[in-house]
Amino acid sequence: MSEAAASDPPADVEPARNIFARSTNLYILLVLVALVAFFSIISPNHAFFDRGNFVNIAWDTAEILLLAIGETFVIITAGIDLSVGTVLMLAGVVASWVIAQTGGPPALVASGHFPNAGSALPLGIAAGIGVGAVGGFINGTLVTRLRMPAFIVTLGVFSIANGLGDLLSSGGAAGQSAIPPIPDSFANSLGNGNLVFGLPTLVVVASVVALITHIVLTRTIFGRRTFAVGSNLEGSRLAGVPVNSHVIWVYTFAGFMAGLAGVLDLARFHSTDIQGHSLDNLDAIAAVVIGGTSLFGGTGSILGTVIGAFIPTVLRYGFTIQGISSFWQDVVVGAIIIVAVLFDQIRRRRVT
Amino acid sequence: MTAGTALIPLLETRAISKTFGRVTALRDATFSAYAGEVSAIVGDNGAGKSTFIKILSGALTPDGGELFLDGKPVRFTSPQDARDRGIETVYQDLALAPALDVASNLFLGREARMRGVWGRLGFLDDRLMRERARQEMRDLQVGLSSVGQPVFTLSGGQRQAIAVARATAWGKRIVIMDEPTAALGVRESGMVLELIKRITRSGIAVVMISHSMPEVFEVADRITILRLGRSVRQMRRAETSMTEVVAFMTGASVGHVAEIER
Repeated sequence: MSEAAASDPPADVEPARNIFARSTNLYILLVLVALVAFFSIISPNHAFFDRGNFVNIAWDTAEILLLAIGETFVIITAGIDLSVGTVLMLAGVVASWVIAQTGGPPALVASGHFPNAGSALPLGIAAGIGVGAVGGFINGTLVTRLRMPAFIVTLGVFSIANGLGDLLSSGGAAGQSAIPPIPDSFANSLGNGNLVFGLPTLVVVASVVALITHIVLTRTIFGRRTFAVGSNLEGSRLAGVPVNSHVIWVYTFAGFMAGLAGVLDLARFHSTDIQGHSLDNLDAIAAVVIGGTSLFGGTGSILGTVIGAFIPTVLRYGFTIQGISSFWQDVVVGAIIIVAVLFDQIRRRRVT
Repeated sequence: MTAGTALIPLLETRAISKTFGRVTALRDATFSAYAGEVSAIVGDNGAGKSTFIKILSGALTPDGGELFLDGKPVRFTSPQDARDRGIETVYQDLALAPALDVASNLFLGREARMRGVWGRLGFLDDRLMRERARQEMRDLQVGLSSVGQPVFTLSGGQRQAIAVARATAWGKRIVIMDEPTAALGVRESGMVLELIKRITRSGIAVVMISHSMPEVFEVADRITILRLGRSVRQMRRAETSMTEVVAFMTGASVGHVAEIER
């Protein structure tokens, strides 16, 4: 018996759970603050340092953030969800289709009048979010029950959602977009509304979701088990964690978030841009990885993901104000992703 | 039988057999484990130790023979079934989540909820779990600076101790350990062996597989020797020697467990 073991353990020191996630958060927050400070100083008349500019940055970030929050849970379980971008799009298409079908007589709806908007809107929103959740449920079920690699399963669902969205919005004819209009009330409230503190609704929704999911991840059984499953899947199973159903819930949640983002996107842009979202999955994964969540599972945080989602948008706005081609944003973000994964690898060596 | 030993074994097997296709892993495994004792299972490679331990922990069902728990015949349908009846297995790869802290690992799968509405919403009572984890670590005399430490920062021996603590913290009566010191250095092995002795004092029956004869002779009260799928002997440690055990293991001496039921 060692001397250390023979004596009483000393009083508990500050908990060290996810210390690495925490220190990564600090670094990445410093990067974000430095970028904002840099662009604020060098921009002409400090145009970057402006409430309107910040609101726009937050607005553009919010949608990717919703996807990235769902993706954070998935990646903490050591999984991946490549389907969120096209599931978002499909959810928006389905929502608009349901709203058009239930909104009133076809002739009125085609001219932008929705006599039944009161019932059509909730139905459409529920349908959009439901489609997302079903997509996620399918992902999770295939990954767990059939033990298929998440990468392949979600790539398949990515393609299926893309195809279904195209079919539904074009009526089957190539290139013929037939996405019906949406009620103005929908666009003005959820889309461009400024409900709280004059902030866009999308930003408010994303903030609330981020706060709730942060609490879920750090304070609840669901969150703790998400980390456990990602850290040691078989071990968690042996310890009595219902691993399969947990992972299915996690993917379903990611799909739910994609559905929510799809509905909000529909409200914001009045229609769903089919091609504009196919790479949203990669933006979401980039935000998660930049935010310090390990692709190997077991560590990560919502706070990191929030910061990680802001960095690409800040770069884009900063470059635009400076008159630098926004293509440089892609180059810089790519470099940041590589550095983030490099850090992850170094940490990983210490963890095992 | 010495005084203080329960007359009825906590866990007992009679003539257990198991075949995989044409391979007979176990022919006749007869074994008993008593409360408050360490029962070691030794044998050469291929003697059937792993198969036998999987049958005890419910991971495999035997083809023949009988299992008794508290003297009553039982049949385990799954590891969970065995666990529900108080048999916990500490696996060689430990089944801990390295990214989680010690307290979370102890409570993995049985997390403590807060009281009232928050608890029903799934909120964790981290304070309670930490407190109980600290208590458990103190009782088992595992030296840890903090139960908030992630497990990956701990040594192999400390990890083994936490795996053992998880097995004993939930009122388990039988703890099966598969090569508990295989991956450990000398000092750490010593710590784990002390821990094994300590948990038996609280009335737990420990079933241990080991390759190391000195370790077996240090902690075991009872030694069962498997050879070619047969339990050739079960002996009290005090009444045998390493030479004798090795002789039975290698087949230099031949015996049968029925002859030594005394």
